[in-house]
Amino acid sequence: MKKKLYDLAHARAGDKGNTTILSLIAYKAEDFALLRDRVTPEAVKKHFAGIIKGDVVRYELPGLGALQFVGQDALGGGVTTSLAIDVHGKSLSAALLEMEIEA
Amino acid sequence: MPETLRIGCGAGFQGDRLEPALVLAERGKLDYLMLECLAERTIALAQLRRLNDPAAGYDSLLERRMTGLLPLIRRNGVRIVTNMGAANPIAGAQAIVALAKRLGLTVRVAALTGDDVLDLLDPNQTVLETGEPLSGIGPLFSANAYLGVEEMLPAMASGADIILTGRVADPSLALAPLAHEFSWTIDDTERFARGTVVGHLLECAGQLTGGYYADPGKKDVPDMARLGFPFADVDPDGNATFSKVEGTGGRINRMTATEQLLYEVTNPNAYLTPDITADFTTVEIQETGPDTIAVSGARGRKRPDTLKVSVGYHAGYIGEGEISYGGENCVARAQLAGEIVAERLRGQFQELRVDILGVTGLHTRPMSGGDFNPYEVRLRVAGRSSDRQKAALIGEEVETLWTNGPAGGGGARKSTQEQIGIVSCLLARDKVKPQVTVFET
Repeated sequence: MKKKLYDLAHARAGDKGNTTILSLIAYKAEDFALLRDRVTPEAVKKHFAGIIKGDVVRYELPGLGALQFVGQDALGGGVTTSLAIDVHGKSLSAALLEMEIEA
Repeated sequence: MPETLRIGCGAGFQGDRLEPALVLAERGKLDYLMLECLAERTIALAQLRRLNDPAAGYDSLLERRMTGLLPLIRRNGVRIVTNMGAANPIAGAQAIVALAKRLGLTVRVAALTGDDVLDLLDPNQTVLETGEPLSGIGPLFSANAYLGVEEMLPAMASGADIILTGRVADPSLALAPLAHEFSWTIDDTERFARGTVVGHLLECAGQLTGGYYADPGKKDVPDMARLGFPFADVDPDGNATFSKVEGTGGRINRMTATEQLLYEVTNPNAYLTPDITADFTTVEIQETGPDTIAVSGARGRKRPDTLKVSVGYHAGYIGEGEISYGGENCVARAQLAGEIVAERLRGQFQELRVDILGVTGLHTRPMSGGDFNPYEVRLRVAGRSSDRQKAALIGEEVETLWTNGPAGGGGARKSTQEQIGIVSCLLARDKVKPQVTVFET
């Protein structure tokens, strides 16, 4: 069965230059293993095709039930010169939670 | 030495609300109030203001914030640590002293300078983001090094009521008072790491108490209109308990704190500041009461040898135009409108961004399956030019859609804005010459 990340986790987006930083945090500690298995850097890169143009690196924080994704070349050249309406990519947390995984 | 030190955060960005800092200063029983008001672009914009007027360049809200805060901090013995000095801490300190005199108050302000390093940069040095030399990115007009606790400590020791800095690392605004009051030394990596976590959790103010977090029905936050800002009670080992003033809106719990702990952290194993290389992966967050959390467990390693420098350059002008369409077939009409503008501007801009707000504006496309059929949408066209007049063409073309475009186009708006680009580079710490100047009434 497919589940939206929105139902399993909450998220926050941050930015540094042209890099987006997406935190994904399980609501329930027992869902962390599922998120770690399914929400791979490759899956996130695919979900954000055309948005995150560079590498996606993932950090695991099991103690906090969290995964941290760092996506390079993701903000249209960077906060200060991007032509996008959301130059910081602050709304990208919601985009991540739209991702569906087998659960 | 105090048993615990209470530090509140009364602003998390330049334009933040004024009221929560007043609540903290009045009823928060604070020892220190930090005000973080200086994003990368904010200091570059402040440098531009200073270039136009040598007496300007400090935070444009400094007087408004201080008018309310000065009587409260003098009455309650609260010290303020803030980067509102921006591009001109000296002029900012003088402005605070002048304001205090008008209010009939006494005040002592320590201005920290030395972060302005434009003259120290080598044009051949490497831009961190691109790997290109600095000389290749465009006309530079500002460069500010992120100073840290070591550079701030003399200002802390000056006895000033207000420590006014330019560019310092955001968490250092909390770590400097902790290091000063608890006599932590620069090589005390464990306590510096914990104090940096305190500063990092506080630095965005409302983002710890339910701001940038609420999602109705899913992550509810009470009374957001009166969102209270956080404070931390820190012990001499750097362990901290976070809460907010009773009666204010908002929420602090494990979820809000986890989101903020990880916010903008590009490597949770190695969070770099001028003060420390901090490891956040071992941090523990426990809910210990209503809107109260205890945070411990950060680890630290030696600080970086170099300081990060934020460099501002002229990046031309951005031109934008918007117009709305509603009702049946509105997406198709907005698309047609976008095609018309793109055709009229063809060949004139290196990149033209054409979005249908409501469909493609934020994420270039709906990010999940299903039909999206919005009732109304807004066309947005944006592009950049080194020439202001040319950038303005974009908004002008969108505006002509009133009478030259699809049916029912309404609410056209246009704007042209100067673009300030920011890149980073590194500078040896010993090149920086920090200086403290004290002003008093």
